[in-house]
Amino acid sequence: MQTLLISAILILFLVVIFQIAKASEYVAMIRGYENARKQSNKINAFLLLVFLVVGLIGVYYCNELLKDKILGEPASNHGVLVDRMLYITLGITIVVFLTTQIALFWFAYKYQESDNRKAFYYPHNNTLELIWTVIPAIALSVLVGFGIFYWFKITGLTPKDAMVVEVVGKQFGWEFRYPGADGILGKKYFKKIDPANNNPVGQLWEDPANHDDVFVEQEMHLVVGKPVQLVIGAKDVIHSVGLVHFRMKMDAVPGTPTTMWFTPKFTTKEMKAKTGNPDFVYEISCDQLCGKGHWSMRGIIVVETQEEFDAWVASKTPQYLVANPDKDPARQMENTNAAPLTGAIIR
Amino acid sequence: MSETTTVHIADAKHATTHHGEHGHHQQSFISKYIFSMDHKTIGKQFLITGIVWAVIGGLFSVVFRLQLGYPDTTFPILETFFGKWAKGGQIQPEFYYSLVTMHGTILVFFVLTAGLSGTFANILIPLQIGARDMAAPFLNMLSYWFFFMAGIVMVASIFVQTGPASGGWTMYPPLSALRQAGDGQKIGTDLWLISMALFIVSSLLGGLNYITTILNMRTKGMSMTRLPLTIWALFFTAVLGVLSFPVLLSGAILLLFDRNLGTSFYLSDIVINGEILPNEGGSAILYQHLFWFLGHPEVYIILLPAMGMVSEILSVNSRKPIFGYMAMLGSLFAITILAFLVWAHHMFVSGLNPFLGSVFVLLTLLIAVPSAIKVFNWLTTIWRGNIRFTPAALFAIGFVSLFISGGLTGIFLGNTTIDIHLHDTMFVVAHFHIVMGVASMFGMFAGVYHWFPKMYGRYLNHTLGYIHFWVTIVGAYLTFWPMHYQGLAGVPRRYLDKGGWVNFNQFGELDKFITAVSIIIFVTQFVFIINFFYSIYKGRKVRTANPWGANTLEWTTPINPGHGNWEGDIPEVHRWPYDYGKDGREFIPQTEPVGASESKH
Repeated sequence: MQTLLISAILILFLVVIFQIAKASEYVAMIRGYENARKQSNKINAFLLLVFLVVGLIGVYYCNELLKDKILGEPASNHGVLVDRMLYITLGITIVVFLTTQIALFWFAYKYQESDNRKAFYYPHNNTLELIWTVIPAIALSVLVGFGIFYWFKITGLTPKDAMVVEVVGKQFGWEFRYPGADGILGKKYFKKIDPANNNPVGQLWEDPANHDDVFVEQEMHLVVGKPVQLVIGAKDVIHSVGLVHFRMKMDAVPGTPTTMWFTPKFTTKEMKAKTGNPDFVYEISCDQLCGKGHWSMRGIIVVETQEEFDAWVASKTPQYLVANPDKDPARQMENTNAAPLTGAIIR
Repeated sequence: MSETTTVHIADAKHATTHHGEHGHHQQSFISKYIFSMDHKTIGKQFLITGIVWAVIGGLFSVVFRLQLGYPDTTFPILETFFGKWAKGGQIQPEFYYSLVTMHGTILVFFVLTAGLSGTFANILIPLQIGARDMAAPFLNMLSYWFFFMAGIVMVASIFVQTGPASGGWTMYPPLSALRQAGDGQKIGTDLWLISMALFIVSSLLGGLNYITTILNMRTKGMSMTRLPLTIWALFFTAVLGVLSFPVLLSGAILLLFDRNLGTSFYLSDIVINGEILPNEGGSAILYQHLFWFLGHPEVYIILLPAMGMVSEILSVNSRKPIFGYMAMLGSLFAITILAFLVWAHHMFVSGLNPFLGSVFVLLTLLIAVPSAIKVFNWLTTIWRGNIRFTPAALFAIGFVSLFISGGLTGIFLGNTTIDIHLHDTMFVVAHFHIVMGVASMFGMFAGVYHWFPKMYGRYLNHTLGYIHFWVTIVGAYLTFWPMHYQGLAGVPRRYLDKGGWVNFNQFGELDKFITAVSIIIFVTQFVFIINFFYSIYKGRKVRTANPWGANTLEWTTPINPGHGNWEGDIPEVHRWPYDYGKDGREFIPQTEPVGASESKH
């Protein structure tokens, strides 16, 4: 019923507009097209000026309304560079935006048709052309220069002391693997993926580097102030690891591992204080359409101190031992009746 | 030269078949209006089909905007129309992604490629260069009918049980390659690929025809540098299409192979729903290269015709020559070349080599230089003019405004450093909707308002045109300007409900506002559509051959030109098309010989 009403109102609205327009045409016919045209020309010229002024006020108002809901302080070393580049670009583009938009609408208003004016025949001017080729070229060179400089810093070599975490995207969630004490992620092969037998990553158990690797889901822990390299992959379709507060992003592509590194600057606790939001968490968003659950593919990052992180890692059992409980000396003692899982490759 | 020979052949044919006012061949209804080989009729077919698609594509966007603005509200009417796709009046995620995919595909390809360049290339090329018709009228007709078939297949895909494709208009594999990945990846995606293949055939047939016609069939005296900028823009558009669409075709066919023949072009190391696939060694990134090698030129395929028409319309209505004709032409050329060299800026965070990324930053930002030249030249064109604000002129001014706004945000996205943060966020959505979507739409509206008298011998109602313009430009800015802020906050695109996120859910009110505005804009477009169809039959009649006082050749034809365009000889051209306000004369048509005392420019 409601929809019917709304549709009726809309149709009525269109009919009214249409009738007014038709009437205006008849009026114009009676008063002469030329007069009517000149009058509407004046009205439209004036409206263009109004649009400029109201529009610029609107731009300011929109910014006032929304500026506190966006960026916030970048929470990684690279984020600082990204934001700086953003503000440099914003500075230059705002000037261009204001100059050109004001010129456009002001000229349109000022040079509206008038019986007293003749258009100025002005087909070209090479000096002017040269000026406005060279100036944008210089401005853009500056932007390219800064951009590439920062880009190489951000994508440059990972520092030697960086920790490594593997991130794997799947429909619709995130998996993480930590390399354990040896600092090396063990080899994996996708055909060995077997979640039923506790091998969700497809680790090759014959690789000793795998024996201390820790596997967790949905929640990644990082150390504040310590560079981290993410080794990113995907199981099924392309996902993208989007880290809003770190200002980082990298696609997760099945079959093609990608990497990125950054240094978190603030712990989750510090961010709660900075944002004034007690519920604050760092979120991982999937930024590449990956199917019907794309919008809900959320992961969480906990940034903490080294001690907290060490304690957290210590509380985790390496996946090798989860999959092969018979290899776990501690657990063997406790659960003598636990049946050994089949399917695990024993070295 | 070749121009003269073609002219004579056509002349001989038409001089004898002229029958006065309605005149030309005796044609049946079918050969005149359906399987027509007259470029003007084909142009109208493209335009009307484009309008139909625009309504469908626009309606889809309204439906998914409802979900975005009111994620927790139910709309029972949606269930009435869409059944299980909107169970309980709530749009299902799979359906949401289908809507987004269809909206993108329809608007980018069917409306802004076929509807825009198909329409105006067909209508304007022969009329403005002085030709009886296209070089190959039959291929031209096929071009439309391939487009039509592409549309039929796309419509069919909407009605299959598992729904239309839902992989996004970019259709990235592996998502689009794996049936197991979701309902939209089943038969819907195959139909999408077939539809695109048909569309590409249509586009190539059209493009080759446009190029051949422009190069070979110009009338006597119409040298390349006397062509109106519309024709230059349409020429470069066709060149872009002919060189890049085949690459998309190959990408689409390889994807069809991966889907149906078990090949591994794009597939490697995949475990989906617990099933381990045998494919190894393919590269998902390969598709992205193939796609964007078309995808980026596609942006300019959409934009260049609008630029050309805006140049022409601003000049005519400012009663002033276009400023810097050669610079405009040079920048069109530069954009065409650069369009092929920037595709990887869509892939900065795809795992592309960072060094390669930096090269693409340079090339991408370089394209801002010719774009800036164009803007400054448009500004100088209206400067000290004597501007008539016809609806076409208003839309042309709106185009320039939107092109500036959207172009400047491109400088953010083209720079890798910022793109890391903004990639695939609402900022991108805002950017390309303003610069490519709405701006090109404005170019198209400008073209329709300006050339409607030539197409139908009647005027569109101007009051309705003004209402249409003002609501649309205000609405476009209200819709897309605040979206940049969502993007800066990192809100990813294609999120149908942000309620579960701590850092993205602060825009509830804004999303409601944008939804409301988008509905108003959508309804307002019916003002245009009603005006369009009403005016075809009942519009104010055009009484003079040259209603806008323009210089170009199309206004030397009869008010309702028949097949063959000119009765008698095709006029000869003696000058460039932009002699407005020269030597105290308001305008000097291209057909007028250069006088002895005339000043040089």
